[in-house]
Amino acid sequence: MEIIQQILNGISVGSIYALIALGYTMVYGIIKLINFAHGDVFMLGAFIGFYAITQFQMNFFVALIFSMAITALIGVLIERIAYKRLRNATRIAALITAIGVSLLIEYGFIYIRGAQPEAYPDVFGRQSVSLFGATIDMKAVLILSVSVILMLLLQFIVHKTKTGKAMRAVSHDTEAAKLMGINVDNTISATFAIGSALAGAAGVIFGLYYTKIDPLMGVIPGLKAFVAAVLGGIGIIPGAMVGGLILGLVETFVSAIGFSLWRDAAAFIILILILIFRPSGIFGKNSREKV
Amino acid sequence: MKKSKFASLFLASTVILGTLAACGDTGGSSSGDGDTIKIGANLELSGPVASYGSSELEGIEMAIEEINADGGIDGKEIELTKVDNKSDAAEATNAAIKLTDQDEVVAIIGAATSGNTVAQVQVAGDSKTPLITPSGTSPTVTVAEDGSVNEYAFRTSFIDPFQGTVAANFAANELGVKTAAVYADNSSDYAKGLAASFIEDFEAAGGTIVAEESYVAKDTDFRSTLTRLQSADAEFIFIPGYYEEVGLIVKQARELGIDVPLMGADGWDSPTIVDLAGADALNNTYIINHYSAEDPDGKAKEFADKFEEKYGKLPNSFNALGYDTVYLLKDAIERAGEVDGEKIKDALASTDGLELVTGSYSVDENHHPVKSATILEFVDGVQVFNTKVNP
Repeated sequence: MEIIQQILNGISVGSIYALIALGYTMVYGIIKLINFAHGDVFMLGAFIGFYAITQFQMNFFVALIFSMAITALIGVLIERIAYKRLRNATRIAALITAIGVSLLIEYGFIYIRGAQPEAYPDVFGRQSVSLFGATIDMKAVLILSVSVILMLLLQFIVHKTKTGKAMRAVSHDTEAAKLMGINVDNTISATFAIGSALAGAAGVIFGLYYTKIDPLMGVIPGLKAFVAAVLGGIGIIPGAMVGGLILGLVETFVSAIGFSLWRDAAAFIILILILIFRPSGIFGKNSREKV
Repeated sequence: MKKSKFASLFLASTVILGTLAACGDTGGSSSGDGDTIKIGANLELSGPVASYGSSELEGIEMAIEEINADGGIDGKEIELTKVDNKSDAAEATNAAIKLTDQDEVVAIIGAATSGNTVAQVQVAGDSKTPLITPSGTSPTVTVAEDGSVNEYAFRTSFIDPFQGTVAANFAANELGVKTAAVYADNSSDYAKGLAASFIEDFEAAGGTIVAEESYVAKDTDFRSTLTRLQSADAEFIFIPGYYEEVGLIVKQARELGIDVPLMGADGWDSPTIVDLAGADALNNTYIINHYSAEDPDGKAKEFADKFEEKYGKLPNSFNALGYDTVYLLKDAIERAGEVDGEKIKDALASTDGLELVTGSYSVDENHHPVKSATILEFVDGVQVFNTKVNP
């Protein structure tokens, strides 16, 4: 059953895009900044997981949590060092800074350890089950379950906790939130921490699923996740999840019908189309700019 | 194994024009006067592909030592002048000028990559010095853009498209498969050339190509295309490309339950492929290479033993090709009867059935060798000699 297999392939790719896209969309939602360094946090997450498993002999799940903790810290540091002082600067200045941070992480990392790729240890071996004629790799199942759990956890944090409430408030109106006694700086840091931890988790899962990791691995998934975030409606959390899954499925089906060389193009054609016809994305409401 | 051709050609021509204008008297052939025959080695001894050049130098030095201990060529000892081209095309041109002008060598061996060899072709032609690359597999080394043959350029290794032919013959005759699929790296001329020659020869051998797909370098997700290939139900998949992507393709194919034999060419030859794909997934895959240290053939075995004795390790294909290049040149000098660039060139161009470590060697009108290739099989992550395929 080729079609079932392809849907599974698509969902696996899509859930990785969705995890990265969540970080993009959360940060955009709160400070209207497209954090281009997010793809590189994803890369760092993959490497931290790799070293945790190979050097410190950690169990996969421990390594996953370890990597999420460190990338959360990195996310906060990036925000505190690079973006905080630009909070009142023009948006283009912040955007250019984000590109600068991205390049700094990529090439700084290459300077430290070199550009050669690394192969992720195959911690689960090759296990698969057959279902309706499709071969389901156990790793794909794992990716899906980890992604779903993290997304549910995120929904819980955003809607049921005090931090989540503060995040929603700051996102809605920063000034008013400040007047109500919400610590805006801490809330923004928390947003970066959560978004970066999700990217770190995506990095570890990516490493496990695709084996090869290298210092520039974050560039393309980062851009694709950005497309996914825009597709779902940037700033809207469920939008990022749906956008990621749709993008993964579209890419897979473009390859599945024999246009594998068009796969990357398809993602960016979607970006162009959505920006022309529905710039606020699938879940976005059309809002008129106030003059 | 290609480097930017245009840049090197341009550099080559400008540098040469400059030097020739400065010293126009060195147009004639240089010869090894007296008791020695001077041979130059222009190799990558530092820089990104230094391992290729250094390996070849080991083979070259070993061959020269043997020949000199055996009385040299017609009583004359070989004197080797080696120059490091730093894995750079412009440096390779400079090194070739130095070898022909200052050291007056009778022939140049090198470079290890096609790009650095192309950068020397014009110097070699202008100074009438035969140039032999041990491992430059691109056809452009000996055949210029306009289709004319570079008279003074030769090579020891087979050319890229030939590997496609070998794979097709191996699949059709040795494995006995009737249907095959091709999954090629669309961003590499090397892979596209191999795919084209595989398809042509596999169909000529009576097989059917059931699917043709491509990927681009740096891709990481191949599952959707592999699923498509799987439903085409091929008995064999040919995957010309480089190890970084191929490692992932092999792994993902096996995870999807594709158990048919997979095959690639010398682009697969790297220890990294075992890390990426895993030893288990690599079982039932084959690669083509110039040489195997396990080749049971007498000449190859003797070489492997002597090499191990001298250097304390098993020879790789670059060692063997460097070694063979010296013997190829020796044979030509002996048949030329005289240490003269032009006569050696003619002798090289008429080499026929010379027995070398990497197989029996003849040369065609495009200076492309007609020789056998070695097929290796991955068994638990180790390359094991499988068979030798003749053209």
